[in-house]
Amino acid sequence: MQDTEAALDSEVCFKLKGSRITMTILELYRYDYQSFNDALSATISNAPDFFRQTPVVLSLERCPASAHVDFIELGELCREYGMIPVAVRGGSEQQIVAANVAGLPSLPPASVSSRAPEPAAEPAPVAEEISVPVSANRVITQPVRSGQQVYAPGGDLVVLAPVSAGAEILADGNIHVYAPLRGRALAGVQGDASARIFCQSLEAELISIAGNYKVNEDLQGALWKQAIKAELEGDQLFISPL
Amino acid sequence: MAEIIVVTSGKGGVGKTTTSAAIGTGLALKGHKTVIIDFDVGLRNLDLIMGCERRVVYDFVNVINGEANLNQALIKDKRVDKLNILPASQTRDKDALTLEGVQKVLDELKKTHDFIVCDSPAGIEKGAHMAMYFADRALVVTNPEVSSVRDSDRILGILQSKTLRAEKGEEPVTEHLLLTRYSPDRVERGEMLGVKDVEEILSIPLLGVIPESKAVLSASNQGQPVILDTETDAGQAYDDAVRRLLGEDVEHRFLNSAKKGLFSRMFGGR
Repeated sequence: MQDTEAALDSEVCFKLKGSRITMTILELYRYDYQSFNDALSATISNAPDFFRQTPVVLSLERCPASAHVDFIELGELCREYGMIPVAVRGGSEQQIVAANVAGLPSLPPASVSSRAPEPAAEPAPVAEEISVPVSANRVITQPVRSGQQVYAPGGDLVVLAPVSAGAEILADGNIHVYAPLRGRALAGVQGDASARIFCQSLEAELISIAGNYKVNEDLQGALWKQAIKAELEGDQLFISPL
Repeated sequence: MAEIIVVTSGKGGVGKTTTSAAIGTGLALKGHKTVIIDFDVGLRNLDLIMGCERRVVYDFVNVINGEANLNQALIKDKRVDKLNILPASQTRDKDALTLEGVQKVLDELKKTHDFIVCDSPAGIEKGAHMAMYFADRALVVTNPEVSSVRDSDRILGILQSKTLRAEKGEEPVTEHLLLTRYSPDRVERGEMLGVKDVEEILSIPLLGVIPESKAVLSASNQGQPVILDTETDAGQAYDDAVRRLLGEDVEHRFLNSAKKGLFSRMFGGR
């Protein structure tokens, strides 16, 4: 409550926050006006209320890379039936550009393997409940050397080898380092304030969660070279022993 | 099948050329037909260290450009049978090297040699890239000080990503750590990183530790690979390293201060 009042009183008029939202995915296999219209109207007629004012993400991961999609037309069609396309996920470079032109930002694909175009048994748009951004965790087994950068977009990063001074590891989610962490570690880089950093030996140049950071100088205390976890408490980066 | 060994470090002045000369000579002494290639185009040094500077007619770049054939450019070592040197060009720069050209020369050398030792220039630019690209093994030369260790770390990262083996997704380049200019006294006084510290930071297997030695400077001034000075600690340390490179299990020496006396040296504890 105090927090809300403080926010209302302050000069700042907004604050950016990271959050995970469950959204409907419209997985597209191919696109032409007539069949899309028919399939969409059939789907909607089953549950007209369910799709009213529903934001959807268009997944292009099962759509052939060469397929032409008129996103402006598709968007208008969707809105006619109450669905509001907010972004595309995956897709080829041309498809992403076309989507951007139509005002749809692109999200990274859920996973590489699902990119393979697969002949759909039932070529109708299928809505499925799925969380966005989808977990795309990365596991690194080799040392991360000086000058290297490793990023886990949309997920956690797990490193099973040392991270050298001069290396940088980033994740939208949590970062785990099961070895000495000597480089820079940035968790929650898209703003997820609930992200955490875990490491077996804190020797980092910098650690940061959702933009709140501590540099080497601030880290050299009692927990230096100890196994630690780091998390945000409010805007404060808080480090404690594991 | 010939093995290509790159001697690299990132940082300059740590002992790459000294090491290339010593290791190459050592391999030849053990009966393996070996060639050492100087990749430091424009800053030719290997010929001086090997004492063959007066016999350079054609060089590596001439061979790449087809201006000379390999046999004309290769210099046969006068002391060690089975050892050849391919000098760099002093009048050109690194842009004279191309991956196709280097590959052509290496393929040709592979037919007649067991080991090809590539002496890399310092830095992480074209020359260093050319020297490491076709390597099967990498000898990372590091001094026990933080900047050298940091640069070696950088080079190790590049070895994992910018070599033919990495690009083809083959078995990665085998990495060896060679710690040079090591002074146990200074480590004991806390002025220098210890072997353990460097091993921990770089986390690659240790091939050898070459002690800081006056013999290295005098050997290079005489144009004689230090491994031929079998009486010296540096010469013996390089010989140990060559034997380890060939798969022998040799205990590490010269890790502790010599002041400890003969007794502890005989039992060689760390």
